[in-house]
Amino acid sequence: MRKLLFQSLVQMPLTEAAPSADDKALAELGASLARVTRRRLGRSLSIREVDAGSCNGCELEIQALGNAYYDLERFGLRFVASPRHADVLLVTGPVTKNMRMALERTYNATPDPKWVIAAGDCALDGGCFAGSYAVVGGVSAVVPVDLHIPGCPPPPLAILRGLLALLEKVSAG
Amino acid sequence: MAGIKTLIGKGTMAQNHRPWPRAVVTAETWAGAIAGLAAGQWNLLGLWGEPACVHMALLDATDGEIAVLSLDGASGRYPSVGLHHPPALRPERTIRDLFGLEPDGLPDPRSWLDHGNWDLRHPLATKPSSVPIEKTYAFLPAEGPGLHQIPVGPVHAGIIEPGHFRFTANGETVVRLEQRFGYVHKGIEGLMTGATIAAASRLAARTSGDSTVAYGLAFARAAESALQIDVPPRAIYLRALMAELERLANHLGDFGAICNDAAFALMLAHCGVLREKVLRIANDVFGHRLMRDRIQPGGVTGDISSDDFTTLRALVADIAARFPALVDLYDNTASLQDRTVSTGIVTTELVRQYAAGGFIGRASGRAFDARKNLPYAPYDSLAFDVPLLDAGDVNARVWIRIREIEQSLALVTQLLDRMPEGSIRSNLPAAGKACEGMALVEGFRGDILVWLSLHPDGTVARCHLRDPSWLQWPLLEAAIEGNIVADFPLCNKSFNCSYSGHDL
Ligand code: SF4
Repeated sequence: MRKLLFQSLVQMPLTEAAPSADDKALAELGASLARVTRRRLGRSLSIREVDAGSCNGCELEIQALGNAYYDLERFGLRFVASPRHADVLLVTGPVTKNMRMALERTYNATPDPKWVIAAGDCALDGGCFAGSYAVVGGVSAVVPVDLHIPGCPPPPLAILRGLLALLEKVSAG
Repeated sequence: MAGIKTLIGKGTMAQNHRPWPRAVVTAETWAGAIAGLAAGQWNLLGLWGEPACVHMALLDATDGEIAVLSLDGASGRYPSVGLHHPPALRPERTIRDLFGLEPDGLPDPRSWLDHGNWDLRHPLATKPSSVPIEKTYAFLPAEGPGLHQIPVGPVHAGIIEPGHFRFTANGETVVRLEQRFGYVHKGIEGLMTGATIAAASRLAARTSGDSTVAYGLAFARAAESALQIDVPPRAIYLRALMAELERLANHLGDFGAICNDAAFALMLAHCGVLREKVLRIANDVFGHRLMRDRIQPGGVTGDISSDDFTTLRALVADIAARFPALVDLYDNTASLQDRTVSTGIVTTELVRQYAAGGFIGRASGRAFDARKNLPYAPYDSLAFDVPLLDAGDVNARVWIRIREIEQSLALVTQLLDRMPEGSIRSNLPAAGKACEGMALVEGFRGDILVWLSLHPDGTVARCHLRDPSWLQWPLLEAAIEGNIVADFPLCNKSFNCSYSGHDL
């Protein structure tokens, strides 16, 4: 173990330069952030991830944000275990009818000010699951959405860009 | 002992079912099959419904023979398999939820995937009812001095899928775990009915995102069997290449995540880097990090260049150079071993009874890997071992993954060395007549079964997708018994079953 730790010390870090915040996302966020009490969160956001019916592909890419290449926490972004500790809900999947209530409850348990990011093509409008007897539709059919990140699944860099756009808006507010 | 062919011999053979036979059988033969299942003679590969019919797929583990038995269910009832063979309980509850077919004698009257939220009942029946079922759900009672219950989920603390776990504990010790699933039920089989092959293939590849290659492959092979087409050799190799990269990425991720759940974050950091390398190269070579929708009935969507060969060989060399130090670290960290050794044991009897595949079966002494036991091209001509252990604990499930990572690295090299030249796609012929195909493909988690029935116009009449998790989830309930509550995340991660693949 010592050797591994030592190597990590002498090697160049794998972590890559921060991507620029997504311009499109910044524009999309403009309106929603004007609505809320703007409050400095110290350039830090706590995120609660909610799988509302995903195929788990989106979860894989969200998990990848924690690896050494993206190192999400250096931006002051971190995943928390409870919606009560969260500023942001990052929701994936088409919302299934069996998850609708859990999503609503998670939203209601999240204190204001709060933002909802819908990640993945399914989260926009249900994707290829739209129209099923078991699916409500996209996330905005159940809770208000501030930002949508497209992709099936969106790659980690796209998710990171969206989160950074949100962070910029929030801390500039 | 008479084989599976004898069992179905008295039935009426379906004319266009490939590659294994399917027979419409009498209630008597159905009962005989149930007796064989209960006696451990057959493995239950799958049990699924149609509006007026139930099917079961059986495997004779001694000779690898497979057959599908179909029983008419026009009366709305059929003799329960679960009454005598517990692995059939959840599938039968599901068939009742979706089709309204009643398993006579099924000991569990509760719904499974239907939570009463669908605005209708029996959604896949010929005539669904507009009255949903009751939303109340009775968990099994557990009473006694000192017992308390801990409900967990559906929304969990990590970045994971939703499901509900109801623990009954005596102090720290779990006396019973009861699972409740269905939260991510999307109605995939319903969406597939009437869909084109292309649309159904997209849905199949979204059944469980972590196994998108394996599902794409299983669906494609079922469609190709039904339509009787051959896939060009190069496409077969490219498919296997993607399948092994998917296995590699998932096993690396699991290895790190299991150690992380034992509070050893260093392994997650290192494995996370290796996993990311695989995904990035998958993106460079195949154009998508998870290689989704790259496999299509008939072949694959894109070829690889000579540069890609170099990239892939460099990836194998890189991982092969870094991985052994992580294996040593796992092996030599006593505090980690302390958590994984003898935790969450699954017995050999149980994995045999449930025909549980993947690392769960192979860590508990069930030597089954679809690539070996029901070999499909190109695995029938490649050299690889199927690692087997019998301790059945978290540690054994970790070691199976470690050995499979090594095997997959070697397989990638073999696939590159022997990559045939030629085209990568065959055209799909028109179906012309009704036909059926079936496939079993070894995903990273275990064997995925796809059963596909096509209309003469080539659209899907019925498709059933059986995730390996169906046969594995129930064993987690057994594995955790007698362990402490705090070891549940570790056990659960060592199983890493799919919620979406199960809920569909
Ligand atoms: S967007 Fe794609 S990856 Fe995400 S949940 Fe939907 S199907 Fe899965």
